[in-house]
Amino acid sequence: MDFNHTEEQTALADSVARFGERDYDWDSRRKLARSPEGYSPANWATFAELGWFGAGLSEEEGGFGGGPEGTAILFEGFGRMLLLEPVMAHAVLALQALAGLPGNERRTDLVEQAVMGDPVMALAHDEAEGWGLVSWVGTRAGQAGGAWRLTGGKIRVPGGQAAGQFLVSARLSGSIDDTDGIGLFLVDGEAAGLTRKGYRMVDNHLVADLALDGVEGELLAQGPDALAALTRATHHGIAAACAEMLGAMDAALWQTRDYLLTRKQFGTTLNNFQALQHRMADMLIEVELSRSMLFQALAAMAGPEGERDRALAAAKVAISNSGIFVTRNAIQLHGGIGMTEELMVGHFYKRVWVLASLLGNADHHLDQFMDHTPIEPVPADIAALG
Amino acid sequence: MDFTPNPADEAFRQEVRSFLQANLPADIARHGKRDSHSARADIERVMKMLNSRGWSAPHWPKENGGTDWSPRQKFIYLEEMRRARVPVLDRTAIDLVGPVICHFANDAQKQHFLPQILNGDCFWGQGFSEPNSGSDLASLTTSARREGDHYIVNGQKIWTSEAQRADWIFALVRTDPAAKPQRGISFLLIDLRSPGVEVRPIWSIDEVLTLNETFFDNVKVPVENLVGEENMGWTYAKKLLQFERTSSAEIPHIKRDVIQLKHLAATTMRRGRPLAEYPPFAKRIAELEIKVMALEWSVLRVLHAEEGDPSLNAVASVLKVRGSELFSDVSDLAAMAMGAHGTAVIPDTEGPHNMRPELDAPPVTDPEAVGAPQRAMFRKAATIYGGANEVQRNIIAKGVLGL
Ligand SMILES: Cc1cc2nc3c(=O)[nH]c(=O)nc-3n(C[C@H](O)[C@H](O)[C@H](O)COP(=O)(O)OP(=O)(O)OC[C@H]3O[C@@H](n4cnc5c(N)ncnc54)[C@H](O)[C@@H]3O)c2cc1C
Repeated sequence: MDFNHTEEQTALADSVARFGERDYDWDSRRKLARSPEGYSPANWATFAELGWFGAGLSEEEGGFGGGPEGTAILFEGFGRMLLLEPVMAHAVLALQALAGLPGNERRTDLVEQAVMGDPVMALAHDEAEGWGLVSWVGTRAGQAGGAWRLTGGKIRVPGGQAAGQFLVSARLSGSIDDTDGIGLFLVDGEAAGLTRKGYRMVDNHLVADLALDGVEGELLAQGPDALAALTRATHHGIAAACAEMLGAMDAALWQTRDYLLTRKQFGTTLNNFQALQHRMADMLIEVELSRSMLFQALAAMAGPEGERDRALAAAKVAISNSGIFVTRNAIQLHGGIGMTEELMVGHFYKRVWVLASLLGNADHHLDQFMDHTPIEPVPADIAALG
Repeated sequence: MDFTPNPADEAFRQEVRSFLQANLPADIARHGKRDSHSARADIERVMKMLNSRGWSAPHWPKENGGTDWSPRQKFIYLEEMRRARVPVLDRTAIDLVGPVICHFANDAQKQHFLPQILNGDCFWGQGFSEPNSGSDLASLTTSARREGDHYIVNGQKIWTSEAQRADWIFALVRTDPAAKPQRGISFLLIDLRSPGVEVRPIWSIDEVLTLNETFFDNVKVPVENLVGEENMGWTYAKKLLQFERTSSAEIPHIKRDVIQLKHLAATTMRRGRPLAEYPPFAKRIAELEIKVMALEWSVLRVLHAEEGDPSLNAVASVLKVRGSELFSDVSDLAAMAMGAHGTAVIPDTEGPHNMRPELDAPPVTDPEAVGAPQRAMFRKAATIYGGANEVQRNIIAKGVLGL
């Protein structure tokens, strides 16, 4: 076991940090948030050149060898700079779903296309009542005139406005939460019958609800294959969200530290008040425990299914809760200025608020964790001790 | 980052587990359910069992009778010891004074004390706190005045855990009253049978005796019992805390307590169903377990770090605060999992030093339940001893955050 970055991982972390410093200062980011696209297509092209889209895939799978650790490094950096570009939608949710498909030429082509970054892809999977359950798919797929046609609705699709192509989950058979009977389809962003209702989330990321009315789609996988791809996308998405929350809360903590050292009240800088020191210590504790939690999730991702699911659920619960605690207190310790749109610190809270809700909120994941964590009498060898 | 597990670790775990299964006497394993407040006679037998295998103090340097195990192996060893219900040993000797002797004592002191500790023949108390010097330890006033070949010690220590069963005490004493508070302190080893030493009991809220006051009235201590240099005691005491920077997280202990908690929740009935099936309680257990996972991985980070890696100062300070909180919380839940009897005093007929052992106990027979309510009372101490958590937060705020 090694917690240190390898050479490649250091290089990746450096490249993200450099981009954040040079090209993503707070002023530029605020301007982007007000632009019609809500992100910068020029940055998008840069990310493709830097190889970031393939950073979370092994070389055999068509990526650059990073795996979930690569994804985590990228997204921790994104959390620090509050990146707006829909990288999670494209390079994690969509690309990991593609990489999770059974191997064939079509998959290879699509993975290659996604690693290049054009067009932007998004995974349209969540539905209004699913609340994070991967097998919850009510959108129906049926065959008509030799083509698959999808009808139903998808909610809060990350990257839903930017996407030129969607991966859409739809049900071929069974009831709405059956693990079997799901299909995964490729749908063109301009397809007839597809209506996007775009909107802005509190963190300034643009998303869309989709209405599908007999939309034509290409079937990429069905049954257990489709579920495996969706599960894989969700798992990598959770790891990315956890890493991004970690980056955001860490940055919020240290920005608050700097503020306490300069802001004066009652004739002294705020850092001299023990109530605030102790709050900051508690915030640091949550940040460090979140980092440990991310490590355990990454470690479990290559392991057996049950342990992996349990570890990811635990991470989503713990890091969401810690992230909200830290970023909310970062606002509190700034006082009124922390409430302003102009200052960065309040935006960390907003991003964590959204990430905590994406891909199943803390309640959902606590429930999942409990399903994987039996409450049992002591093992026989201990019971025998009397 | 590379989290591939080392298969040798699993083999090592099996080796420790089999050794304990084969060698831990049944009566001691039964007593081990108490989890602390172990009887001296039990500890003596366990130490001899471990010593025969060279496993008495694996974290000491190998040349002093320790091992060259990896940090991970040492951690696994502790996990297995707790899991097998080995009674809590003399941690004051093994974790506190032992490492100080290994690192700072002279050869004669090492040869005299270390083998006795390893074999469970010499038990120790820690004489740091005083009535007026708790968190502000450097203000301590117990004095040691040099007279020829001896120091003459006068003063009072308090909260000396297990001094009632100890043979020796290591004490911080003031040898230079004129120097700055931290400068004039020395680290002295004192035989508790010396004339002028008096140990008086303090009963704690769990109605068990482990705490004491230790008085020194013109106690003659030979100068050869000084560790290291005179007036350097503060430095050694600070080092002592760093030797085992992960142990205050109590992870092996807490993990064992979680097994016990789940057992109690699975076996206690509530309206015809096991308590474990009652969602509000099951949720409490799950939330605790998630926090334990985060703490365990923080411990692993520290164990795998390079010695002296500054980025770990943060993690090490986190361990005490969160570890002591969880150590206390898990014991609360275990008592709560017993339902109505979770409020009962259950004198341990086989254990030492109950306040009123003559009183009856409710008919609680599950060994996992015996003592759980009182443990929940005693564990309130975890956030106080070893540097109270408020003081830990001061350290994090100043030392890590630079506030
Ligand atoms: C069960 C148990 C076993 C112990 N065993 C031993 C032992 O074997 N040997 C030994 O030497 N000692 C032992 N101790 C003593 C322990 O180390 C002290 O209790 C501890 O250091 C706190 O000191 P105090 O009790 O004097 O509390 P105080 O220092 O008086 O503190 C009282 C409260 O004020 C808070 N406080 C103090 N200073 C500050 C500050 N600057 N800022 C904010 N809050 C502050 C504390 O956190 C605490 O909450 C033991 C204690 C217990 C409870």
